[in-house]
Amino acid sequence: MVADPVLLQAAADLFPNGISRYAVGGLLVGLGTVLIYIGTGIPAGASTFLESTLSYVSDQSRFQQYVGSRDWRLVFTAGIILGGLAFAATFQSGLVTSSLYEPGTTGQLYEVAGVTLWQTDVQPWRLFVGGILVGIGTRIGKGCTSGHGVCGVGSASKTSLVGVLTFLTVAIGTAQVVAALGVSP
Amino acid sequence: MSDRHPLFKPLIFVGGIVFGFGLGFSHMARPEVVLNFLQFEDLGLPFVMFGAAIVSGIAFALLPRIRDAAPLTGDPYERRLKPFDRNVLVGGAVFGVGWGLSGICPGAAYASLGVGNVTILWALAGMFVGAYAQGYWRSRRQARDTAATGAD
Repeated sequence: MVADPVLLQAAADLFPNGISRYAVGGLLVGLGTVLIYIGTGIPAGASTFLESTLSYVSDQSRFQQYVGSRDWRLVFTAGIILGGLAFAATFQSGLVTSSLYEPGTTGQLYEVAGVTLWQTDVQPWRLFVGGILVGIGTRIGKGCTSGHGVCGVGSASKTSLVGVLTFLTVAIGTAQVVAALGVSP
Repeated sequence: MSDRHPLFKPLIFVGGIVFGFGLGFSHMARPEVVLNFLQFEDLGLPFVMFGAAIVSGIAFALLPRIRDAAPLTGDPYERRLKPFDRNVLVGGAVFGVGWGLSGICPGAAYASLGVGNVTILWALAGMFVGAYAQGYWRSRRQARDTAATGAD
């Protein structure tokens, strides 16, 4: 097989960190979803946790519909946080390495008790304002990147496909505008 | 609920760990990496979402043919499709502005806390504020609509 060096270079420019860490990470995200689905029949998304947890502290009628699922959603979210920590304690700390894992150069690394942790350089105001919009949007739009993007697309739901196309297009436009305005990081 | 299988929560917990580990491994828990994708500087990210959707899609398609109901809940394996309405577009657009501004979405934000990103607490605080604001508004609207119907 003859590989065209120009094409190879173009592909390398589009994927500066390769694709394996993304693909393997995605397979694991899918596997976590599948484990829960096999045992419970629940296609779990991550964003309902926001409203279900608010039902502990607010008696607004909107949140009461999540009282039945709020306990296991806390457990799911605790698992996600612990999964992130397990990744930090292994691959991020360099304790485990693999040709499938490409370390990154973004943000700041720091160490606590022998575990290499990571912190973003993205400014707090962007995270906070973005978080507010994400919180509003995901609940009005009935799902997020996992509920619509993984479970919805996985079940070939037209609603979810439209949801994903909407937020993907708007997010790309927003990120381009923000970058063009010179906001960084 | 008290009548749930004793393994219900442990399984959810293990599923969450695998899910969060995958978000860490894929670097989707790093806002910079998400922003690099949205700015077309690194196109790897769709492999996360679509890779996950393919894996879950296979399970969603196969399981209903193998078994009738899930062992831990007795719930049938069925497609629980969300109805389409204008909210999907409005909410999706608002979500998109937030995602494009911050590089953060709910699942990835929880995992981000796990990889040590304490700054992400700003995003989590924002998400709760946003989710509360929409819940407050929709509770009021629902109460008003119910009252209006009742008066008819």
